[in-house]
Amino acid sequence: MEQIRRIRVYAWEFPVRFSHWINFLCVLTFAVTGLYIGNPYAHAHESHQWIMGWMRTLHFIAGYVFLMSFIIRTYWAFMGNRYASWKALFPFTSEQRRDLANALRFYTFTSKKPPYAIGHNAAAGLVYMGVVVLFAFQIVSGFAMYSLSSQSIIASVVGGWFLSVMELSTIRLFHHITMYLIFAFVLVHIYIAWWLDTVEKNGLIDGIFSGSKFVTEKELE
Amino acid sequence: MGKKPEREYGEIYRTLLNRGVTRRDFMKFCTATAATLGLSATYADKIAEAVQKAKKPPVVWLEMQACTGDTESLLRASKPTAAELILDIISYDYHETVMAPAGHQAEKSLADVVKNHKGKYIAIVEGSIPLKDGGIYCTIGGKSALAIAKEVCGNAMATIAVGNCAWDGGWPAAQPNPTGAVGVKDAVPGIALVNLPGCPMNVENLVATIVHFLTFGSLPVTDTMGRPLFAYGKRIHDNCERRGHFDAGQYVKAWGDHGHRQGWCLYEMGCKGPETYHNCPTVRWNEGVNWPVGSGHGCIGCAAPNFWDTMTPFYRRLPKVPGFGIESTADKVGVGLAAATAAGLVAHGVVRAVKGKPKEEKTEE
Repeated sequence: MEQIRRIRVYAWEFPVRFSHWINFLCVLTFAVTGLYIGNPYAHAHESHQWIMGWMRTLHFIAGYVFLMSFIIRTYWAFMGNRYASWKALFPFTSEQRRDLANALRFYTFTSKKPPYAIGHNAAAGLVYMGVVVLFAFQIVSGFAMYSLSSQSIIASVVGGWFLSVMELSTIRLFHHITMYLIFAFVLVHIYIAWWLDTVEKNGLIDGIFSGSKFVTEKELE
Repeated sequence: MGKKPEREYGEIYRTLLNRGVTRRDFMKFCTATAATLGLSATYADKIAEAVQKAKKPPVVWLEMQACTGDTESLLRASKPTAAELILDIISYDYHETVMAPAGHQAEKSLADVVKNHKGKYIAIVEGSIPLKDGGIYCTIGGKSALAIAKEVCGNAMATIAVGNCAWDGGWPAAQPNPTGAVGVKDAVPGIALVNLPGCPMNVENLVATIVHFLTFGSLPVTDTMGRPLFAYGKRIHDNCERRGHFDAGQYVKAWGDHGHRQGWCLYEMGCKGPETYHNCPTVRWNEGVNWPVGSGHGCIGCAAPNFWDTMTPFYRRLPKVPGFGIESTADKVGVGLAAATAAGLVAHGVVRAVKGKPKEEKTEE
């Protein structure tokens, strides 16, 4: 039986991994506190409790952290390696388009060839671009609502202007709906990562912790 | 009473004295109005001086597509206050609900004001102006509301649009807006205009706007939507007497429950205080007696733009989802989306299991 050599390739640089896990923590915080802010599921029995106060404080702190993570990752999309590049998000080249078709065929069971990729595959790139848009909308709409009660310049620069673009109640509604879109993304993201890791056997999930993937020589070409 | 000879006083102040308003009441009114306008107490003297000297500006009150709620708000007072009398005295060469003349006589008095006091009278507009089908959905004396507004507001020194309808079209402009209703700012653009939205407008703010005009000779500073900042510059949520319960996490969960009896926050009952800018919590209504949240009902956001479309349902936190049925809320859509995604993933996994694995490859041991 032919033996396959696997080579360790450093794909995800530190800023990418850092931003990924900060985002993970932020989205978790946003979900717990945001769901409470939208629909308070626990009630205080004493007036000195400060449940909503804490929830909003955490939500806003996470908002600032998330904004910084977004900026770092955007910066790295221009400064980082080819796997972190913004160019990897769009199927610009014919090779990327072929990857995209192959990945979509694999996901829909019309092909048995997994979408081997050292970074992320072309289909994932497009989805991540959509997620960037969702994240950007959450940041802008979130800071727009935050600017109602905050005197912070960051809040008014990042979100304050948005109040004249969209009505406040509509902003609130879309901020809420976009949360569910992000939940849906998280489910699909984890599912596909787990699935691809089991079929590609390249340490895909480990990659977002260590930065490295183990690819065959054939894939490297 | 004032020591100065009466002839130094203007018509307004003389009439006030004749009606039995004491100097003390008058100064209290001036101080309260200064506070409403967000001015320091020292401005009370200036206001008093201005109102004492002020001549009666001719005022016409136009009623377009509206429910007369703003007129009700104006007329509803249990005792005649200085404020009410000011409005009473300066009014009204034309006001359909309260004027004595009718028919051609009434229309003539309006035409006389526009002709004789061109550029010197104040026009107050209540109600929206329909534009669709040549504006036939609201005609008065054979003229369309649009034609009247253009003539009367266009020739006025200043126009005050009271209530939501005169601001952004209000209820008549709610979806699907069958009459093509708009507010004064869109019907007659480019005029000196201040808007006092609210359903109805708060008469305290109308008095303060007029007194501002008498004192400083100008309309108060407005926000980007043409609403005076003194009345619409602060969020209801931030000045609400129940705000402590919001931060604590104490909410009314059902009408008449323990929290409701304790006066807890109405956030979960759909209160729109967090979205609405108005001075209800501080100025209150019915001579400062109370306001909706104070009496246990959430704010419905009536001073917010297009509130009938954007703030409904009034008893839910989030507005309707466009394109879905009335009963669909964002949460139902969102949970449905998340559930559909999860179901899709499970189905995908089942197909995977049935279809079997892709080609195995041997890894270096």
